[in-house]
Amino acid sequence: MEPAKQNEYSESFKPKKPKPKINPKAPKKHPMGKKLKESLSGYLFMSPTIFTLGIFVVVPILYALFLSFNDVDLLGGIGYEFLGLDNYTRTIDDERAKIALLNTAEYVAIVVPVQTILALLLAAALNSNIKGKNLFRIIFFLPTVTSSAVLTLIFMWMYYPDGLINNFLSFLHLPTYDWLSNPAIALRSIMIMNIWATAPFFMVIYLAAMQDISDTVYEAATIDGANWWQKFIYITVPILKPVTFFVVIMGLIGTFQLFDQSYIFSGGSGGPNSSTLTIVLLIYQYAFQSLDMGYASALAVGLAILIMVVTVIQKVFFGEEKLHD
Amino acid sequence: MNKKRITSILVYTILIGYAVITFIPFLWAVLSSFKPLSEIVSGITFIPENFTLGNYTEVFSREPLFFRWMLNSVIITACMVALNIVFNSMAGYALARIRFAGRKFWFFLILAVLMIPFQVTLIPSYLILKTFGWLNTYQGLIIPGMVNATFIFMMRQFFLNFPKELEEAAQMDGLSRFGTFFRIVMPLAKPALAAQAVFIFMSSWNDFMRPLIIMSDKDMFTLTLGLNTFKGQYISYWNLIMAASTLMTLPSLLIYAFFNRFFIKGVTFTGGK
Repeated sequence: MEPAKQNEYSESFKPKKPKPKINPKAPKKHPMGKKLKESLSGYLFMSPTIFTLGIFVVVPILYALFLSFNDVDLLGGIGYEFLGLDNYTRTIDDERAKIALLNTAEYVAIVVPVQTILALLLAAALNSNIKGKNLFRIIFFLPTVTSSAVLTLIFMWMYYPDGLINNFLSFLHLPTYDWLSNPAIALRSIMIMNIWATAPFFMVIYLAAMQDISDTVYEAATIDGANWWQKFIYITVPILKPVTFFVVIMGLIGTFQLFDQSYIFSGGSGGPNSSTLTIVLLIYQYAFQSLDMGYASALAVGLAILIMVVTVIQKVFFGEEKLHD
Repeated sequence: MNKKRITSILVYTILIGYAVITFIPFLWAVLSSFKPLSEIVSGITFIPENFTLGNYTEVFSREPLFFRWMLNSVIITACMVALNIVFNSMAGYALARIRFAGRKFWFFLILAVLMIPFQVTLIPSYLILKTFGWLNTYQGLIIPGMVNATFIFMMRQFFLNFPKELEEAAQMDGLSRFGTFFRIVMPLAKPALAAQAVFIFMSSWNDFMRPLIIMSDKDMFTLTLGLNTFKGQYISYWNLIMAASTLMTLPSLLIYAFFNRFFIKGVTFTGGK
């Protein structure tokens, strides 16, 4: 039975013309029973997934927990020395961990609300009765398609001291900034860039949900004389609460994981003066620059717990509304 | 009536304003890629005064590996797309259609995987790949990413709503599960597969962190890493950096232009449709 299946497996990858062949073992009088056969084909279909998720997700999670209690020595093979909770307690006295945590917290606290509100407003504007809807949507979506590496380079070029943005600001007689190398500004520069890049993605999600709201919901309000803004605030926003929940969660998860932009912006250092050092960048530095993988794993486990706790808090805050009904 | 006019003017102002804000950086990047270095350093001209295509050839002549990086990205992305489409669909189909023992368990495991931030698995995966001897190889990037929990979930939802009759007819004709799946089901699932393909392409083509960790030989860099290295070497040659960036973005833009509707489908799916 097994080899026969294997053959069909490899054969079916070829783009052959469908030529249904008669299976000699017709489904009805199989001695092994239908149930077992179903299970076998189920596991055959699942095998690539079980293999990959097993080796590269489930095992690594357990391995990460193990690493986080050890000192890992990478010289020669991989050596471990059990440390107990030392890696976790070490974070308390780690100045850089504190900086990274504060930077990330500031980044999350500003970017998530701004991008969510911007996405909602853009979707509302796009959902009203206007021409050229598709063109706007195509343009808005451009940053989502472009790699973070390219976006970061374009913005670095625009952020240059005598670059496009400062030229524009001085043209308007506004103050100019040292976007790249002033420690008080650098993280803000990344925030602006990422809000610009991710808000349209969430806009598309809001837009799809808005198009599902039936017109009858608004009719009564129109008769009562409600204006556009009132309808938006009292009807649209409450109906979209589950979508907002989703957008906020996705935003939180994404912002907590900020890495590419900080790395490219600072050339991997988190500078100037650690102002763009994020938690994930710090984990990267410990694991792959200092080769301190045990401590880095402890930080990664900490980050995972942090993300999950925030998700749960959000869930409580927004109630138990489910998105997939 | 007048009020309505004001609202619509306001709406257009917001949309056009934001469209300009979105578009300017791209325009600026592409325009800069056609300027000679003298024009880049001498200050601001928005439209190139001395239009040149030389930057594009210079990228390849200054960085002989640039072509190799493109090739690496193409190979890795093509494999990722092909494997993901087949494997995610197989798993999604099994979870939706086949009543096998332990189905619930695997479904919840996949949902749980969706919640795990990938940074936790990063260090252990690196050590596992090191043990396999897969660092600095294509398979080191491809194999760990050849299935994707989000799209397994998407395909499951898709197959739950898929008409059963066709499969039953195929099985009556004696086609096996695999035969039915690849000859009957997959060809009819094309829109869902296209949405998947487009997203896998984007995430693989644009991935930065995983190649950064797995590929340490310059030969094995993907375009994202190569671009970052290139920037480090030619930091004030923004004309070249912008030309290289444009080259890297072009395939994404082409795919986006042709498969725009699948994008929206994919996004709205991840938005819980």
